[in-house]
Amino acid sequence: MNSIFKRTAAALAASVALAAPVAAELTGELRIFLDTSNPAPRATMEAMIDRFAAQHPGLEIETTVIDREAYKTQIRNFLTADTPDVATWYAANRMKPYVEAGLFEDVSDLWAEAEIGDNLASTKGAMTIDGKQWGVPYTYYQWGVYYRKDIFDELGLTEPTTWEEELANCQKIVDSGRACYTIGTKFLWTAGGWFDYLNMRTNGFDFHQQLANGEVSWEDGRVKQTFANWKQLIDMGAFIDNHQTYSWQEALPFMVNGEAAAYLMGNFAVAPLREAGLSDDQLDFYQFVSINPDVELAEDAPTDTFHIPSNASNKEAAREFLRFVVSPDEQTEINNGKNLGQLPVNAKSAVDDDKFLNQGFEMLSSNSPGGVAQFWDRDAPAEMAKVSMEGFQEFMVKPDNADRILAKLERARQRIYDN
Amino acid sequence: MTTAAEAPEQESWFHRNQQRIAPWLFLAPGLLFFMVYVIIPVFQSFNLSLYEWDGLGAAEYVGFRNYEDLYWEWVDRDAFFISLKNNLIWLILYLAAIPAGLFIALFLNQTVWGIRLYKSLFFFPFVISQVVVGLVFTWFYDPTFGLLNEFLAFFGLGPLNVLGDERFVTYGIIVAGLWPQTAYCMILYLTGLNAVDPEQIEAGRLDGAKGWRMLWHIILPQLRPATFIAFVVTIIGALRSFDLISIMTQGGPFGSSRVLAYYMFEVALSEYGFRMGYGAAIAVILFLIMLCFIAYFLWSMYREERGH
Repeated sequence: MNSIFKRTAAALAASVALAAPVAAELTGELRIFLDTSNPAPRATMEAMIDRFAAQHPGLEIETTVIDREAYKTQIRNFLTADTPDVATWYAANRMKPYVEAGLFEDVSDLWAEAEIGDNLASTKGAMTIDGKQWGVPYTYYQWGVYYRKDIFDELGLTEPTTWEEELANCQKIVDSGRACYTIGTKFLWTAGGWFDYLNMRTNGFDFHQQLANGEVSWEDGRVKQTFANWKQLIDMGAFIDNHQTYSWQEALPFMVNGEAAAYLMGNFAVAPLREAGLSDDQLDFYQFVSINPDVELAEDAPTDTFHIPSNASNKEAAREFLRFVVSPDEQTEINNGKNLGQLPVNAKSAVDDDKFLNQGFEMLSSNSPGGVAQFWDRDAPAEMAKVSMEGFQEFMVKPDNADRILAKLERARQRIYDN
Repeated sequence: MTTAAEAPEQESWFHRNQQRIAPWLFLAPGLLFFMVYVIIPVFQSFNLSLYEWDGLGAAEYVGFRNYEDLYWEWVDRDAFFISLKNNLIWLILYLAAIPAGLFIALFLNQTVWGIRLYKSLFFFPFVISQVVVGLVFTWFYDPTFGLLNEFLAFFGLGPLNVLGDERFVTYGIIVAGLWPQTAYCMILYLTGLNAVDPEQIEAGRLDGAKGWRMLWHIILPQLRPATFIAFVVTIIGALRSFDLISIMTQGGPFGSSRVLAYYMFEVALSEYGFRMGYGAAIAVILFLIMLCFIAYFLWSMYREERGH
């Protein structure tokens, strides 16, 4: 009885909400797998799916939310057996194994539609492998330096733009008894962010991608220059001690307590910093400084995506869902400060009026001429990412081992890209 | 014994062979599961270790290349070497749980008021999950607010980042592992002590045995079965140490606390892994090491059986 009542109520609600006309009535079952297991993104996604369901009352939608870390290994199973119709994943090289194994549906037809092709042009490259597109993005976010403005003011510092200013600033912060940067490298990838920026600023975006694709030796003089720059910061005590023991979340208190002045992170760090009690007057953002004036600035902006598995059973409804996700209104809604708090992928969407989102959007759209990278562990093949990030962590603890570490990475490169 | 002989001649084949078939029938379910979940996968692993396979596409036959790569990792003092070395450290130090368990058991083997409570408190670490043990010790070792460094600072020592220093990390995790393992050995010895023959102790007393001599010559020989089980359980526990490493360090810092079991998982099944063949090759090596111990255990059990 109760369930019948609920269904009737849902149908009623749906028919009321059905204001916009729908082209073709979708029927059947649509199964959606999500990795957005954190509470806020989860609620955002569920609300979005509810709105989609309201437009398509004939569709029976089943949503499964899987823990974000567990999802990374489970995806291999559910793409081959008991496959959903829509699944979340990441752009660039991270989707390559599934594309090559023929497990992701080619959705170039969606990108051929003006509505998507024109409005999502900026992320098309990240979704393209072999000249075809394999999914659609739903959000992305900038990386950069989040810093304690009150500490900078206290020490009379301004946002640096060059490497010299950066080093001078950092020296003053260290002299005041603080660390310049907090970081937690226990799970390795945070060190990958530092490498991304240092290498892209020292050698440029194209060189960085060549390195990720295994086309350059790790013992190349240019890579050594990147590490020499990194060593300057390490030797002056720029990073907090014992960072190898902390996760990125465990490294946050150092910044909140004022023991460290800044954090090189993705925009997702803002929410926990605010929750920990830092006001927007205390917290600010600047673009990572330029190091080599001859190379163009390039940024990290990881993109999260939706895909249709090749084994999906309701591809028509899945395509409609992807269209819905990237539509301007939905993009504005799910990326606003109350929801994901990130950047919309659709050029026609509005960026929420948030200090950090606006700065990030500004930076990515006008001050990143070199290109936009996904992130080290998404641009490089998984195996190389793992070995190299372990090397970065070791380097940050023992900078004097640089040559030995680079020799090890070079051996790994020859083995990994060989096949 | 005599029923079979007295049975009438016109009986079905099943009835005639009942005595011989029955044990196999009873064993069948166990054998079946043992075959499906243990024996066959052992051979499958070996087979898989000859391939290069990412778990998705087609597997490519590469012969012994995975083992060759392992050999080079050994020569280069790389991940495989570190894992094997750590496995050895685990094997040796983990055995400390046996004497520790014995002495706690001897200490608790008395009748005073509330002894059951004390026994349960000592047994407590074995009851709680390894995950909890790992977390507790991670916080205990924490370089900024951990109890260990507070304690060291009291004596003017430290600070020590146990889990962040490649020299100490393995030992730090082993200490965490010894906590529940000691409790387990203690329980084994406590039950063993119940079976110690009081007459022999009495006889020993009359002959003037006391203290260490009493323990060594009279008590310990009677605890042999308990020691044997404690030994088996501890060796196997050391070789498959995985959960604590996964929780406390994820093999870090920079891979210095890996053991074979964790390295295998990392290579084959973790976020950046999926070299199934390579993982299988590591599994085969681990299996061969375990096989040495298993063979030894089986052999000594067989000898024991024949002795009686």
